[in-house]
Amino acid sequence: MKKKILPRLTKLVSLSSAVLLAGCTWDTLDPKGVIGLQEKSLILTSVFAMLLVVVPVCILTLVFAWHYRQSNTAAEYLPKWSHSNKIEVIIWAVPSLIILFLAVLTYQTCHSLDPYKPLEAEANVKPIHVDVVALDWKWLFIYPDEGIATVNQMAMPVNTPVDFRITSDSVMNSFFIPRLGTMIYAMAGMQTQLHLIANEAGDFLGESSNFSGRGFSDMRFRALAMPADQYSAWVEKVKASSEQLDSASYPKLAAPSEANPVEYFSHVDTGLFDDIVAKYNNGMVMDKSTGKMLHVQQSAMSDMNMKE
Amino acid sequence: MAQNMTADAAHAHDEHHESPVVFGFWLYLMTDCIIFGTLFAVFAVLRDQFAGGPTGHEVFELSGVGIETAILLFSSITYGFGMIAAHENKVSTMRTWLGVTFLLGLGFLFMEIREFSHMVAEGNGPDRSAFLSAFFTLVGTHGLHVTCGLLWMAVLLFQTAGKTELNERMIGKLTCLSLFWHFLDIVWICVFTFVYLMGVL
Amino acid sequence: MFGKLTLSAIPYDVPILVGTFIGAAIAGLAVVGLITYYGKWGYLWREWLTSVDHKRIGVMYIVVALVALFRGFADAIMMRSQLALAYAGNPGYLPPHHYDQIFSAHGTIMIFFMAMAFMQGLMNIVVPLQIGARDVAFPFVNTLSFWMTTISFLLVNVSLFIGEFSQCGWLAYPPLSEQQFSPGVGVDYYIWAVQLSGVGTLLTGVNFFATIVKMRAPGMTYMRMPVFTWTIFCTTVLIMVAFPILTVAMGLLGLDRYLGMHFFTNDGGGNQMLYLSVIWGWGHPEVYILVLPAFGAFSEITQTFSRKPLFGYKTMVYATASIMVLSLVVWVHHFFTMGAGPNVNAFFGIMTMIIAVPTGVKIFNWLFTMYKGRVEFHATMYWVIGFMITFSIGGMTGVMLAIPASDFVLHNSLFVIAHFHNVIIGGVYFGYVAAMNFWFPKAFGFKLNEAWGKRAFWLWFVGFYFAFMPLYVLGFEGMTRRMNHYDNPEWHMWLLIAEVGAVLIAGGIVCQLTQLYVSIRDRNLAENRDLTGDPWNARTLEWSTSSPPPFYNFAILPEVHELDAFAHDKEAGIDTRQAGGNYQPIHMPKNTACGFLIGAFSFVLGFGAVWYIWWLAAVGLIGVIATVIARSANNDVDYYVPVSEVVRIEQEHSHNLMAAQAAE
Repeated sequence: MKKKILPRLTKLVSLSSAVLLAGCTWDTLDPKGVIGLQEKSLILTSVFAMLLVVVPVCILTLVFAWHYRQSNTAAEYLPKWSHSNKIEVIIWAVPSLIILFLAVLTYQTCHSLDPYKPLEAEANVKPIHVDVVALDWKWLFIYPDEGIATVNQMAMPVNTPVDFRITSDSVMNSFFIPRLGTMIYAMAGMQTQLHLIANEAGDFLGESSNFSGRGFSDMRFRALAMPADQYSAWVEKVKASSEQLDSASYPKLAAPSEANPVEYFSHVDTGLFDDIVAKYNNGMVMDKSTGKMLHVQQSAMSDMNMKE
Repeated sequence: MAQNMTADAAHAHDEHHESPVVFGFWLYLMTDCIIFGTLFAVFAVLRDQFAGGPTGHEVFELSGVGIETAILLFSSITYGFGMIAAHENKVSTMRTWLGVTFLLGLGFLFMEIREFSHMVAEGNGPDRSAFLSAFFTLVGTHGLHVTCGLLWMAVLLFQTAGKTELNERMIGKLTCLSLFWHFLDIVWICVFTFVYLMGVL
Repeated sequence: MFGKLTLSAIPYDVPILVGTFIGAAIAGLAVVGLITYYGKWGYLWREWLTSVDHKRIGVMYIVVALVALFRGFADAIMMRSQLALAYAGNPGYLPPHHYDQIFSAHGTIMIFFMAMAFMQGLMNIVVPLQIGARDVAFPFVNTLSFWMTTISFLLVNVSLFIGEFSQCGWLAYPPLSEQQFSPGVGVDYYIWAVQLSGVGTLLTGVNFFATIVKMRAPGMTYMRMPVFTWTIFCTTVLIMVAFPILTVAMGLLGLDRYLGMHFFTNDGGGNQMLYLSVIWGWGHPEVYILVLPAFGAFSEITQTFSRKPLFGYKTMVYATASIMVLSLVVWVHHFFTMGAGPNVNAFFGIMTMIIAVPTGVKIFNWLFTMYKGRVEFHATMYWVIGFMITFSIGGMTGVMLAIPASDFVLHNSLFVIAHFHNVIIGGVYFGYVAAMNFWFPKAFGFKLNEAWGKRAFWLWFVGFYFAFMPLYVLGFEGMTRRMNHYDNPEWHMWLLIAEVGAVLIAGGIVCQLTQLYVSIRDRNLAENRDLTGDPWNARTLEWSTSSPPPFYNFAILPEVHELDAFAHDKEAGIDTRQAGGNYQPIHMPKNTACGFLIGAFSFVLGFGAVWYIWWLAAVGLIGVIATVIARSANNDVDYYVPVSEVVRIEQEHSHNLMAAQAAE
């Protein structure tokens, strides 16, 4: 028994040290935005709190099993002993205390990291708005303030909060940029909200983290965080595109496609996002600022037939 | 002493064979109750999802549903009379009451099917909106249970034909069906209240 | 005439499937040929397929579970191999159409047909014996349950060769699983297989709850029930609460697909999140349905091989019961990222974490059962110790996922896959295998080979860490589940390590097969035979009767005066069997083919409905109804075993016992 456990332990130790060394490349543990940073510290705090009990349990398991092995007749043997109030109190109290600590932490972080909560930015930095539509199998990004749209690539200025509205014009997906933190579902007929920020420039992977069918694995996008001047240049580049997105060209874009290339649209119909949400809701869409249901003009969507 | 124990054991054994059946059936009914509970919850979520289709107010006719309710409630009473007769071992009386219950159940089912086919004919079938999907499924599941109950009743009527007395097993079956029938009655009262009354008012 | 079914539904252009089919056909023909050659059809039919004996039904359940394990594992290793290959532009060898079916089938099979069948097999073999009963409350319903599970598993496997299986993941989230996005028959196979097996499981739940409530031996109060029975008791409650919800979920999805309703569709007012709520309303309790019996088995094994009663029996019972209740109010933690408010998320997150308290207490209880004991390193104890370490880690990662804000970055990633395999392999599977090693001699009268059992353990244990620790890392690296290919070079190394783990686990399964083979081959060796009925010097009533037990279990029902009745009797020098006592004729149920027939007709119904062959479905449905009615008309369902027969069987066992004692 001893002979077999030791090599395994060394294996585990070497594995875990390899894990720690490689740790610097782990996306979610190397976040580039304040949301991700807070989530990382939450994960680490909770792990350490739990290790306080998990590590002793693992060690005690091996120690007890080994010390009280049958052949060790020197060890104390109490064949009738099966109850101790003292131990009972401890084994209920220790996990309870840790869970109590984690529960408080949970409650606080549920509120502080609520994806619907707008982020506080530095003075005179205005958040940018991005509307995201999950399609089969690509991501459409609409910049309502700029009047532009892109596919499978988005950009944002650093240190600027990004307010996302997210929906789907197909099956359910989940919008996720691991380096920035929080993911959220994209669902047809519903709009979810997400607030992220990039505090460092970079080219981050974005993906769908909810399986959505055949082309799912290639449903990736690049999230570019860049200084403000480069961002303006990027917007200009998109505006220079010859393609436009309107109710006539949208169905072609929305048709299923796999590994879709990056596309730029210099102009997008205002209200396209609302139309997409509303077409599953009998023409109704909720206004984000007031929370009231509005009726969307159906004309814009009359030829936006439901996809097969 | 030994003989006493044997008698007890034998008695206990016979009890084993009787009581678990009704108890087990009661457990099954509780699981059925959860099915209906889930369907009610689904209905509650989808009750306002008309998708441009009709509301409950527009499609429900309370008078017809009221008669259905009365029929089903009355059929519970007639089944009750049947069970009284069964416990007194009056086979033919029991069969008569069971027959009356059967006809009432059939009448209920007939009215429900008529209501459904009217709605479908007017284009308000279960594929019209989530509200109607939930409505047809909830009420239809109840109707399906009533159908099963009627089939069961017919089988028991057939199996008791020509019998002069009822054995323990038959009483057990009649008791289970009785539980089932009253259970459907209770479910229907909830359907009537939550679906029809609250849909119209 | 044949609905949607045409010749093109046969995937003869997919070499993997053709090869599988040929292999399965050869194996099937070999089995049929052997049975015919030895003239065992009659025996098989009379003694097994139509049996209402809970022990035989239990054995058949476990046979089904092992077949399902091979099928599910074949799927698993194919997935791992695909991901080890398909990187940086290489598409791998499984296109999405095939790969998506494989991961859907893997989850469906492992949960519904491996774990559930294994668990029901164990409860069948052990519970009636452990509570000192002669059978379950409803023996006929028991065989029906078994056949519903089996034909559903058959239906899943038929989908390999006729048509296709679901490509929507093991829980078939809409709207992907709706007709609009999945027009093929795959999802319909899934719905019917899950629905029909759910009927079987629900009936098992009712049956064993009634058995435990009504048929305990005289004197066995609730607080004298063995812990395994307690865990099964709680499991049956969860089955009765959760499985009707599954029935509704599958039913509504089916209505959407078959009748164009709008429960979960994008349009028409449907609500996909409603499906998530309903399916996880079943799905989370299901996890505890699986793991509680494993906890029970660990408790029995630990106390037996520590030569000491279980530490804190009452605590164990309360912990089990509180897990049972809590498991019903945590389902939202499976979709924290849908955008519910912070208070909703916090509530369900905290509820989930609270489950860690009673679970942690259980781990401590096993720990203190070993404390000041005499721990025998029997093969079953290896699984227990491996479990305690592995499960502690899995529990920790579970709590991480229960914190909504952590879940926001870990949800749907490979971290989740690593977590639930950590608890399902490390908890459920280790527990069931330990239980199989522990109770095998009770079912068959000879022990399983220990050396091969330990080899299987080491390969599974080490293989598990190799296969799933990298998945935790990949989760942190942002790799989502259900990917078919990728191009991040950093992921590749970890996926290669995971592939090594899968191969090690394959070795573990080979060792388990070898263990079975060697044990059957050497079953008559003196050291392997269990003549006493109590090979481990154990504590509960199932060990007081012979191994294998007579079909009536107990000639005279045991009397229970304390917890661990058999241990108590052994110490006090009481003969639990009351051998040579006042035997009476024993009332037993007769075997029946009705369970088999209803199962067969249900299969026809399911197959017909999957392919829209409505006349065939009608034949199946009418067949089911007709069989039920015929069964209800049959009054010849039981008989009495004459005293002379009881005396003969009991004396034989007494001889064996005396011979065994003399040999000592």
